[in-house]
Amino acid sequence: MSAAATRTAKKLFIFAIAMFGFGYAMVPLYNVFCDVTGLRLKGKTGEITETVAATVYVDPNRLVTVAFDTNVNSALPWRFKAQQYTMKVHPGVITEAVFVVENNSNATVIGRAVPSVVPTQAALFFNKTECFCFTKQTLTAGERKEIVVRFVVDSKLPKKINTMTLSYTFYEAADSKNVAQSDSNTVKAIDIKS
Amino acid sequence: MSYAAVHDDVHHDHKPTGIGRWLFSTNHKDIGTMYMVFALIMFFIGGAMAMVIRLELFQPGLQFVDPQFFNSMTTVHALVMIFGAVMPAGVGLANWMIPMMIGAPDMAFPRMNNMSFWILPFAFALLLSTFFMQGGAPAGGWTMYPPLVLQLGDGLPFLIFAVHFLGISSIMGAINIIATVFNMRAPGMTFMRLPLFVWTWIITAFLLIAAMPVLAGAVTMLLTDKYFGTAFFDAAGGGDPVLFQHVFWFFGHPEVYILVLPSFGIISQIIPTFARKPLFGYASMVYATASIAFLSFFVWAHHMFTAGMPLAGELFFMYATMAIAVPTGVKVFNWTATMWRGSMTFETPMLFSIGVLFMFTLGGFTGLMMGITPVDFQYHDTYFIVAHFHYVLVPGIVFGIIAGVYYWLPKWTGYMYDETLGKWHFWLSTISVNVLFFPMHFLGLAGMPRRIPDYNTQFTDWNQIISIGGLAFGLSQLILVWVVIKCVRGGEKATDQVWEGAHGLEFTLPSPPPFHSFTTPPKVTEAMAHS
Repeated sequence: MSAAATRTAKKLFIFAIAMFGFGYAMVPLYNVFCDVTGLRLKGKTGEITETVAATVYVDPNRLVTVAFDTNVNSALPWRFKAQQYTMKVHPGVITEAVFVVENNSNATVIGRAVPSVVPTQAALFFNKTECFCFTKQTLTAGERKEIVVRFVVDSKLPKKINTMTLSYTFYEAADSKNVAQSDSNTVKAIDIKS
Repeated sequence: MSYAAVHDDVHHDHKPTGIGRWLFSTNHKDIGTMYMVFALIMFFIGGAMAMVIRLELFQPGLQFVDPQFFNSMTTVHALVMIFGAVMPAGVGLANWMIPMMIGAPDMAFPRMNNMSFWILPFAFALLLSTFFMQGGAPAGGWTMYPPLVLQLGDGLPFLIFAVHFLGISSIMGAINIIATVFNMRAPGMTFMRLPLFVWTWIITAFLLIAAMPVLAGAVTMLLTDKYFGTAFFDAAGGGDPVLFQHVFWFFGHPEVYILVLPSFGIISQIIPTFARKPLFGYASMVYATASIAFLSFFVWAHHMFTAGMPLAGELFFMYATMAIAVPTGVKVFNWTATMWRGSMTFETPMLFSIGVLFMFTLGGFTGLMMGITPVDFQYHDTYFIVAHFHYVLVPGIVFGIIAGVYYWLPKWTGYMYDETLGKWHFWLSTISVNVLFFPMHFLGLAGMPRRIPDYNTQFTDWNQIISIGGLAFGLSQLILVWVVIKCVRGGEKATDQVWEGAHGLEFTLPSPPPFHSFTTPPKVTEAMAHS
């Protein structure tokens, strides 16, 4: 093999390793790309403050149905239900929905809820000021808890959308097992951008 | 320049003997042969799995295999055919032909070449061993989408490491090919005098080096998600399963051109030979191939129109997909124009090449149909997509490889193959492949989903015809095996040029070529450059 061929091969090896790294770089890059181009449209909902929510224009002539869907991952020994399956709300009015979650096991378990909204076009107009999905939820053995979400539907919601569904799935949090052993309830809440 | 492989037996044409000749081979011709034989074996293993699929689908209801095993068959059939049959066959032809076509004595890195090949049997031993494991073989589709693939039992790490090994093998092979062509061309063999098969392989090799590591990264993320607590694709940990599809198809779309470009290169050698005219639009062929390869990195999301994407994204990927039809159209036009007013004869390699031209174009058109976002919502995950990619893969790529085998077989063995059997092979394959895949279009449009072992009774008639076509196609390939065995054993002596209209450096060598060829580089002039 010639020196020139070795040089070519070295460059190509470096290129191959760089492409392996690029595969990993795609994980944050997709998010950056969606934010920069404004293409984010994945059923994710927005988080706003009470003050901002209070400034949203209230449309008294329009009623939108919000349906609630609750799911629990099979690995999590919890029961999770919405108190009301549907609500009729005026866009712009801050509304509170109550959910009930219950730990059926005999150990402390930490769960985390992942939200989504359909139709996806509606997600951009569905904002929450408070949500149990912003933090991890810790339930001791047998504990039953009411958890709330406060939301406001933007009055700019397209006219053709009259019903939207807010769906939550509870999963066992990754650090749940460690906590169950030490049985500590003082888990630092970690915000997940929802 | 000194070439390690050449030293000892440059003066006599003696070959190493026994099993060692193959295990420790550093000779591009022997390694090429091993690649081709391996690809043929895998072609029949993958074909046997296809027969299981067609047997189960001969009637509605569940007859022979349980659904889990059926899904393993579709999954492993795809992995075996793509990574075990088509890719190694392409690399095998590259190994055999590229050094002879550019006037080099061997590949640039003969020992790495040996490693590239010998990794393959181990990789497939890993993959196929999963059939005997707890949880069975991969059954979530060859695309390995999470979270389904993560539910696989003990086989998952074997699947992932098999993919890693296959990636390493192809990347080493690709680096070898580029290093060979860039540094070892004979004097006078400029880039624009390279035979088109060499050009398509340079471009394929670059695609391999750019795309395979991304696949390796994606499956590594699967591995760490399952066993090391990461959450790249796990919604519970803040990940997103759709992300895998984006990363996978960033590899997956270039991969389809990795498969097809060598076939384009082969028929670009064969059509001018039997039309007895130089290739029409040589330079435009090179640029079209490069454009296809470049564009292939910007169309990946057309595989996931239904996965949920903003309108702007769907439009971009639709237009980008349409754009690929332009350079592809240039190529199809050039092949047709090469035949225009040529003195054509229809030996088996030419028949298979014309088959590629017709049937690849048909598969390309259905691809365009699915590139249109709104209609893709109807076709997605139906038998229509199965018809589409089998048309481009079987009569588009496998026929191209078979054409190359018939074309160069007399050069490799020194004997002409049996032309009558070759023609039988072509006509039986062409008729049966259309009986096999054409009705799948109808089933897909009527709504039959892919990857399901059972179906509604109204689909029965076409499914039975497809299964019969499948069996006929599978049996027809035994003719190829017989032709190759017969040709290796003897027959009419082939001339150096083999075909009346053949040009290029490989046809200046004797048939069969000496074990070490072009130990002194030939001088290449414009007249003897590409045909």
